[in-house]
Amino acid sequence: MSQRKLLQKIGLYAVLTVGVIISLFPFYWAMIGATNESGKMFSSTPTLVPGTKLIENITNLNESIGIGRVMFNSLFVAGTYTVLSLIICTMAAYAFAKFHFKGRNVIFTIFLLSMMIPYHATVIPLFKMMAAFGWLNTYKALILPNLAYPFAIFLMRQNMLAFPDALIEAARIDGAGEWRIFFRIVLPSMKPALAATAIFLFMYQWNSFLWPLIAVSSEEMYTFPVALSSLFGLSRIDYGQVMAGVTLATVPIIVFFLALQRHFISGMLGSAVK
Amino acid sequence: MQSVSPRSLFPVVCGADTYGSALFFHKRRWMFESEVSSLKTNGPSAKVELGKSQKFRFHSKQIVPYLFIAPAVILFAIFMLYPIIYSFVLSFQTNDGGQFVFAGLDNYMRLFKDEIFIKALKNTFLILIIQVPIMLFLALVLATCLNSALLKLKGFFRVSFFLPAVTSLVAYSIIFSIMMMGDGIINKFLMSIGLDAVPWLSHPVWAKVALIIAMTWRWVGYNMVIYLAAMQNISEELYEAASIDGASKIRQFFSITIPQLKPVILFTAILSTIGTLQLFDEPYTLTKGGPSDATLTIGMYLYQTGFRYFDFSYASTIAYVIVVLIAILSFIQFKISGDER
Repeated sequence: MSQRKLLQKIGLYAVLTVGVIISLFPFYWAMIGATNESGKMFSSTPTLVPGTKLIENITNLNESIGIGRVMFNSLFVAGTYTVLSLIICTMAAYAFAKFHFKGRNVIFTIFLLSMMIPYHATVIPLFKMMAAFGWLNTYKALILPNLAYPFAIFLMRQNMLAFPDALIEAARIDGAGEWRIFFRIVLPSMKPALAATAIFLFMYQWNSFLWPLIAVSSEEMYTFPVALSSLFGLSRIDYGQVMAGVTLATVPIIVFFLALQRHFISGMLGSAVK
Repeated sequence: MQSVSPRSLFPVVCGADTYGSALFFHKRRWMFESEVSSLKTNGPSAKVELGKSQKFRFHSKQIVPYLFIAPAVILFAIFMLYPIIYSFVLSFQTNDGGQFVFAGLDNYMRLFKDEIFIKALKNTFLILIIQVPIMLFLALVLATCLNSALLKLKGFFRVSFFLPAVTSLVAYSIIFSIMMMGDGIINKFLMSIGLDAVPWLSHPVWAKVALIIAMTWRWVGYNMVIYLAAMQNISEELYEAASIDGASKIRQFFSITIPQLKPVILFTAILSTIGTLQLFDEPYTLTKGGPSDATLTIGMYLYQTGFRYFDFSYASTIAYVIVVLIAILSFIQFKISGDER
């Protein structure tokens, strides 16, 4: 029995170790690429050790796409979007979860159904709209369209359903205003859910590609995915530069994720893990 | 690709403890205050005041929820609802010298004769049919492994497998593209273990395989975490009973885990279907739709039609074909899983 268990254990770790290597190797390879000169990744004896060309690659990358600007655009757009969307969606979620009002179910159902509609179906009218407003190539065009994100509303609502009504009622009887109840009583106990939703929103916006590709045409407004894609579309590609760019675009989101992952994954796993 | 996320299924149930104690505290305070107020409400004036405040509360309660949803509803109406409807209208129009005029089903008829569209449709379906089952199966296997009582370092494995799902679609597509080039690291590895190099990106079939491998890498961990969450709800007793009856782990996987997770599997299957039908970032970056349109997807064709050739109405028609396909496929998946139950 115990020998069988040992074998099972060995098998388990073997499968998972192979899985982890496959899962993490591309990240490692991007780092190798970012620290070596362009051709090194394709030489007949590829190196698996980090090189010393990181600064050079980043300098070249900076000349090609202007890292500071791209990084600022990406951070600003994703950051602003996350904060605004979190407030807007959480407010709506609170109403959907804790109030009875006319039209609630209809409106909520429309939100839910819209999740089934592909983003592509909105892209062309959005483009025409932004063009008509003169908002192409602006932060507005990048931030505004998905602020009311149905999934975020849904996620927050599910979490708020569990919040006891009695607590809200008690606060009302104590004379607390509705805003105060929302911000001081409901929100503080929603931290794990808020963190999970925030990660989700930030990742969504940071990685968003199709819409920025359409809404933004001047290099000044490029976000990371668009800048990387344009760099990778050149006829002569400097792979060291590209990999440095990929690494720079990936590190912030990984750091953001690792910092909040405890909430994120426990948010997804529900109470079971805690 | 998958823009809708499934965390929805698993609400964060915040520590019940916090609620419990806060509730207790509030109840006590409330009781105390109601005792006080019952002492006060002896005179007639107090009664009037109570009635007034109740009326006010009733009134404000009516407006409050609308104030809370207003920002979301307004933004949603402008940037989501209106475009969805407008796109539908556009799909029945055609651009006649700068003017959009009604064209009936012309655009839709055109689709059936459009060979590139049909090719894109076939490509998308081929990827869908092969990639989604492989990915979901791998995710289930990994989740089962991670759920094992024998395993330590669960957190490390979970995060490692989830990390690909955090990466931007463009970034990972570039990494895979570089790894899969003719003289890239993957071919070097294959040759070092005595296999032939594979023309990943330059052969019509291998290019699809490359796309499928890359997409599977990116999304397995994501689905794994969803399954892992759902597995917490499967009763341990089922497995114990099966072990006593002598069922092997593999048997248990197929006759307990999969049936128990069926609703969640359905959910992830629908999400992945929606995602794959919209597939754009990966083929755009990894294979650029090539070689010779072998990896052109509906999503890419829509982009080309709309923003290379600026044929907005035809592109809207393509968008609505995606909408219809999603509706049909979701319906079929619901049906299949419903009948079996």
